[in-house]
Amino acid sequence: MSRKREPSSFRTKDGILYLSGKITKYTIPELWAEKERYQEYSTLERIDLSEVKVLDSAGVLFIEELVERIKKSNPALGDKPAEELLINYSDQIGYSLKIFSQRSLPEPVEKEKIGFFESLGGSYFEIRDAVYEFLLLSADVFYWSIIGLVKKRGARKGSLIHQSVLIGVDAVPIVFTLSFVIGLIVALQSAAQLRLFGANIFIADLMSIAMVREMGPLITAIIISGRSGSSIASEIATMKVTEELDALKMMAINPIRYVVVPKFHAITICMPLLVMISMLIGILGGIIISVVYLNLSFSAFYNQMLNALMFKDLVISLVKSTCFAWAIVIIGSFYGFRVEGGAEGVGRATTLSVVTSIFAVVFIDVIFSFFYLPK
Amino acid sequence: MKEAIIKIRNLTARYEEETILENISVDIYPREVTVILGPSGCGKTTLLRNILRLKQPAEGFVEIFGQNITTMEEGEYEAMLKKFGVLFQNGALLNSIDIYENISIPFEQHTRLPRKIIDRSIRVKLELVNLSKALYLKPSELSGGMRKRAALARAIALDPEILFCDEPSAGLDPLTSSSLDELILDLKRQLDMTLVIVTHELASIHRIADKIIYLDKGRMLFHGSVAEAKSSDVEEVREFFRIGAF
Repeated sequence: MSRKREPSSFRTKDGILYLSGKITKYTIPELWAEKERYQEYSTLERIDLSEVKVLDSAGVLFIEELVERIKKSNPALGDKPAEELLINYSDQIGYSLKIFSQRSLPEPVEKEKIGFFESLGGSYFEIRDAVYEFLLLSADVFYWSIIGLVKKRGARKGSLIHQSVLIGVDAVPIVFTLSFVIGLIVALQSAAQLRLFGANIFIADLMSIAMVREMGPLITAIIISGRSGSSIASEIATMKVTEELDALKMMAINPIRYVVVPKFHAITICMPLLVMISMLIGILGGIIISVVYLNLSFSAFYNQMLNALMFKDLVISLVKSTCFAWAIVIIGSFYGFRVEGGAEGVGRATTLSVVTSIFAVVFIDVIFSFFYLPK
Repeated sequence: MKEAIIKIRNLTARYEEETILENISVDIYPREVTVILGPSGCGKTTLLRNILRLKQPAEGFVEIFGQNITTMEEGEYEAMLKKFGVLFQNGALLNSIDIYENISIPFEQHTRLPRKIIDRSIRVKLELVNLSKALYLKPSELSGGMRKRAALARAIALDPEILFCDEPSAGLDPLTSSSLDELILDLKRQLDMTLVIVTHELASIHRIADKIIYLDKGRMLFHGSVAEAKSSDVEEVREFFRIGAF
């Protein structure tokens, strides 16, 4: 069954190289090693193929390699055509030699090499175009989102509810679990330090401010980037690869209005709600540690928390989380629309979307932190 | 009498409760072009996928080179696959890599050929399908016909003994379709291959078929030459050739 052990040989006598047996892709590795070991090419003038039984396309190319080697080592052969060096072959072998010969091939076109400065310039134009496209897409998304509030045409019926379930409701368990666990961890780590100074009550300040101002919006945004951002990018990228977006355009349906806007509206509604869930559950984690580990009462924690928090903190956090949400949708859509190639392109778009979204979330958070520094 | 290269025996394929192919038994002979044809949804592609073991039949078996491909061990199956070339309906080229890399896959995975020979083999195979200029282009940069030819170059990379083609001319204009048929026949002559082709395009069938297998609603209604098919006792077969003729 296996064709890997087909007999073949490479021997020389009186200026003739005798090849025999099967010269195929399976026997060439051994023959190639013999060819490399052999040093007396200058003494060879012919290749005898009378004992070659099977010759495939790789075999023909191997023989041509031998012919080149012999001609190079033996200048006396001059410009003699390669065919004249091959002797005693059957019609069938001759047919294979004719069909698979590389001599009739056009000159190979080398892959174009790009220099450093060329690649630097290319990157500049690529980034410039990407920024332009991103701004254009953002403007389109905001425009169609506002239009979408008043005009229902061009949208899929029930898409807002469907997207709200996908982006919001389905994310509740993971947001709940992670916020609770992070709340517990932060409270536990802080409680140990606060107890050293007898400042147990300040756990309420720490937990409420941390969860409301930073942790709640950030945890939720990172979860939504990974969950929904990747899903948005891969969905749109797949639609582009399979020409669904072109089909929508040909039906005079704006793909942004039809595909992106429902997601944009849904995330705008769901993100602040998810952030509030995250804040409450994170603080609940803090309350449990305070009661169990620091022996604080629930009412003491609650009163201290009300003193520490301001309404403005909550409003800023919700505004910030809405900005996170918009960034996630627009970045996901941007990479989805820009996809090139097939399956690998979709994967790349998804990865880039998640990485860029998380970066954007942190960047937006930094901007908000600068503008709303606690006095 | 030639020995059959592919023997299909009592092959039945089901999808959930629905029977797609029913009790198919047929022999395919070496160096012949056998065309599997029939109306849309008759089970042509399912038959091809069962022959290739991309699907397991519910009943029956397929023997290729005297070995039962349906039940053979995975290692034997992989060795058998090296004797096949398969041209899928949409080409199935990997979009993320260029044509050169697409064709180098079988060489790199199944042979230990020196790089120089692989490189030259790829160029020869591309020249055989008249596509040498597309060496470093990605599949997305090629037209439908060019993609099919590039996929054909990949399918014949290891000089297969049997070439299976699923709807080779689907989606191509008549001229490109005709030139692809000519190319397939030319390659068959050059590489001494057996061809199994799924199609329902009559012009293509007239150009390339030595034998036809006519399927309808999962049953094989006819097996024989094109001339025999035209005067067949089976009404559906006669009708297929009559309506399709122009």
